[in-house]
Amino acid sequence: MNTSMTDIKHHLTDALLMAYSAGTLPEAFNLTIAAHLSMCDDCRARLGAFDTVGGSVLEQCNRAPMDQGSLEATMARIMSAPTQAEDGKPKPGAASDLPAPLVDYVGGSLESVKWRPVGMGVKQAILPTSREATARLLFIPAGAAVPDHGHRGTELTLVLRGAFQDETDHFGPGDIEVANEDLHHTPVADIGADCICLAATDAPLRFRGLIPRIAQPFLRI
Amino acid sequence: MSVNKAQPVTIETKTYAQDWVAHIERIRETGDTRAFAELFQHFAPRIKGFLIRSGANETLAEECTQEVMATIWQKSHLFDPTRASVATWVFTIARNRKIDALRKQRRPEPEDLTWGPEAEPDQEDALSLQQECAQLSQAIAALPEKQRKLIEKAYLGELSHSEIAEETGLPLGTIKSRIRLALDRLRHAMK
Ligand SMILES: [Zn+2]
Repeated sequence: MNTSMTDIKHHLTDALLMAYSAGTLPEAFNLTIAAHLSMCDDCRARLGAFDTVGGSVLEQCNRAPMDQGSLEATMARIMSAPTQAEDGKPKPGAASDLPAPLVDYVGGSLESVKWRPVGMGVKQAILPTSREATARLLFIPAGAAVPDHGHRGTELTLVLRGAFQDETDHFGPGDIEVANEDLHHTPVADIGADCICLAATDAPLRFRGLIPRIAQPFLRI
Repeated sequence: MSVNKAQPVTIETKTYAQDWVAHIERIRETGDTRAFAELFQHFAPRIKGFLIRSGANETLAEECTQEVMATIWQKSHLFDPTRASVATWVFTIARNRKIDALRKQRRPEPEDLTWGPEAEPDQEDALSLQQECAQLSQAIAALPEKQRKLIEKAYLGELSHSEIAEETGLPLGTIKSRIRLALDRLRHAMK
């Protein structure tokens, strides 16, 4: 998947990158972050710096003695493992219109997404991740709005296609919005094209107003 | 680590950073079991300690450490010395194993970027990156005790992302720029 990287204006925060490096985030967040990293070399380089901190923590870690014969057992594992014929195999994502980490979760390309309507032309597809948080693809028709909602936890929204505007700013392909509990926002897709986003939330969305409240059971967390 | 130990650790840091890169190359090029044994002796007890600190019991930690070390051998062709030190690379493999074994989750990773057979990372770039990594380790060791403990806690899974300070106070600017440069060169070579 090729996105013009120089156009990305909204990036990951240091706290999220450090937590991704430490490996303490829920799977849905890791997926959204990995998708942004595949589109953004700036954040990938920042992650490299945080991984270096992790390497240094590992170096300084208290050592635990290995069992007797542990090295031999490891060599036996290596020798009995099938040789990997990785070269020549096409890279996942190379032929897809999705960032590589998403390909497995979606089962191919955007074509294979099983969309479900959630009202007002908006569609979603929930991706299979661990239950601590939810990852969903959102399809917002050109010019349409996602219901005004607040968050109890954190919401990450990564633009894959098209663009949206909310109370805070304008977000184009590759941009990621990090929203905390205090943000009530109404993302509106640009008029020119449908917008497809990947969104991760760690608590149910809270909608305001009558129609959105009816829609809420469908926007299942 | 106490203050009076800082000197010997500094010297050790400078030598190992470059040596381990050569070890990975020897494993990759010739399947050198002696290089692997030395790498094992250094890293395996640290990985095991890291996993136990992160909540694994002795048996699971031993098992996972062996798997991590086997992965290092199997994936030695993917190690890029212009983007990571060996300790950094080992850390990322151990972390992924930890998520898989302890948290029972998949770990989505960004798209792989690797040097093809016709292009190779630049030696000078690799050397400067390795030196930057060693310097960062020294900078972390020199941090006030309280701040260093916080970083350790974050990486051992004892802090949630909302508990991690937005300002880490870590000197990451230079190392970030170096890795960014390496990514540009790699992207260029991939075209
Ligand atoms: Zn970014």
